[in-house]
Amino acid sequence: MNDALLRELVPAVIGILVRRGADFASAEDAVQEALIRALEHWPADPPRDPKGWLVAAAWRKFLDAARSESSRRGRELAVDAEPAPGPAADTDDTLRLYFLCAHPTLPAGSAVALTLRAVGGLTTRQIAAAYLVPEATMAQRISRAKKKLEGRSFDRSGDLGTVLRVLYLVFNEGYGGDVDLAAEAIRLTRQLAALTAEPEVAGLLALMLLHHARRASRTGPAGRLVPLAAQDRSRWDTGLIAEGVDILQHALARDRLGEYQAQAAIAALHADAPSTDETDWVQIVEWYDELLRLTDSPVVRLNRAVAVGEADGARAGLAALAEVSPDLPRHRAVAAYLHERDGDLKRAAALYAEASRVAASVAERDHLAREAARVRQLL
Amino acid sequence: MKYLLLKHYRGGPAPVVDRGSIYTWTPEEMDAHVQYMRDFAEKLKETGEFVSEEALSSEGAWVRFDGEGRPPVTDGPFAETKDLIAGWMIIDVESWDRAVELAGELSAAPGAGGEPIHEWLEVRPFYGAPPLVSE
Repeated sequence: MNDALLRELVPAVIGILVRRGADFASAEDAVQEALIRALEHWPADPPRDPKGWLVAAAWRKFLDAARSESSRRGRELAVDAEPAPGPAADTDDTLRLYFLCAHPTLPAGSAVALTLRAVGGLTTRQIAAAYLVPEATMAQRISRAKKKLEGRSFDRSGDLGTVLRVLYLVFNEGYGGDVDLAAEAIRLTRQLAALTAEPEVAGLLALMLLHHARRASRTGPAGRLVPLAAQDRSRWDTGLIAEGVDILQHALARDRLGEYQAQAAIAALHADAPSTDETDWVQIVEWYDELLRLTDSPVVRLNRAVAVGEADGARAGLAALAEVSPDLPRHRAVAAYLHERDGDLKRAAALYAEASRVAASVAERDHLAREAARVRQLL
Repeated sequence: MKYLLLKHYRGGPAPVVDRGSIYTWTPEEMDAHVQYMRDFAEKLKETGEFVSEEALSSEGAWVRFDGEGRPPVTDGPFAETKDLIAGWMIIDVESWDRAVELAGELSAAPGAGGEPIHEWLEVRPFYGAPPLVSE
């Protein structure tokens, strides 16, 4: 039994404890403690029935905590020591956990942490390492999030939109510490897609798979960022692309378009092209138009300007860019690219340098500085 | 003993060589510079002297309290600021001399033409914990 299989048991075990009468916050704590014990003991002494072991250990932890709490407060313990066997409702419980952990009242960072712990079965230490904060800080973030959820019924279904946003946030965090957050986000989205037939869930899963397929080609030596046009397409994972496209096609066939499906469609068109020049930019622009109808987001407008530049020429791209707020991060980078395509190298070099100064990450900063240098050499 | 090696976008003593804006370097020169910094951090991880490093965006602002019930006052972004921190590395080494040696090495990162940039780095010791036994 490896860690991944162990982690898959976590949401179901939390569900079982809740069905037996534990409140969500205590159940989640108890399962986390049982999980840490399992990680310590199972490698040397694997149990025959992992799930039964985890339920028993978590229930014991829960009773210990409830007893010390009730004696501290001088109250009677309200929960039976010998639980009645609850109904087997694992899949529903897991789905409810997604909704609860990504509850719209929670700040995004807390929802992410809680989802990774209660649904993903990661330890607080792993989550803290992935987000580069002290373990105590992460523990506090999770416990405050659970306090905020106090009194919320476990049985109410929630907002699928916030669940998907949380999963996409995890995916975009990428790789940090010993946990591959992108892979974890894919696992959690895959699991969610098995629990609900909502086409947007499939759309998000397809989007993640299609992006993940290009991961190896996205960074060069010394961590250098490699933009789409310069990526070595032979390194793209064709298996993941095929799976992503297949999932997307089934979702689109249900005729309930949403933003994740539209984004996945754009990613699929890129994945399908042998080169930037042979990319179906006209269709990509059409998908951006769909996306704008769905979201009207400034970031979509910005990306659309790039696609228009490829489909109809740099001038058309610049005209599309003129309708986008210049305050947007990456606005200068896009402007630089379009001016370069338009042949105005001097302006492009200056804009790349400016874009580098306002970049949001070291990798982007260095990449844009390098682009500035490259264009300057052409002058 | 822990030391902060502080890197500035602007400020500090006058540069000893005109290394030019990094935007005038070639892409290869930039790659060599980035690689040098990464190798340096990697080496200190191997010697057990590396603690952490962070880089700062040049964006930001000055902020201060402006009285009860009022929003904080902000000033900036600091286009005109003389001193602007770019980032830092924290190292844990045996002595001040070792910290200076390492800062010197970091300052030799290559720039235009592959020549060392001779960049000024600020080296600042951290206050330590008071000794358990002081008499």
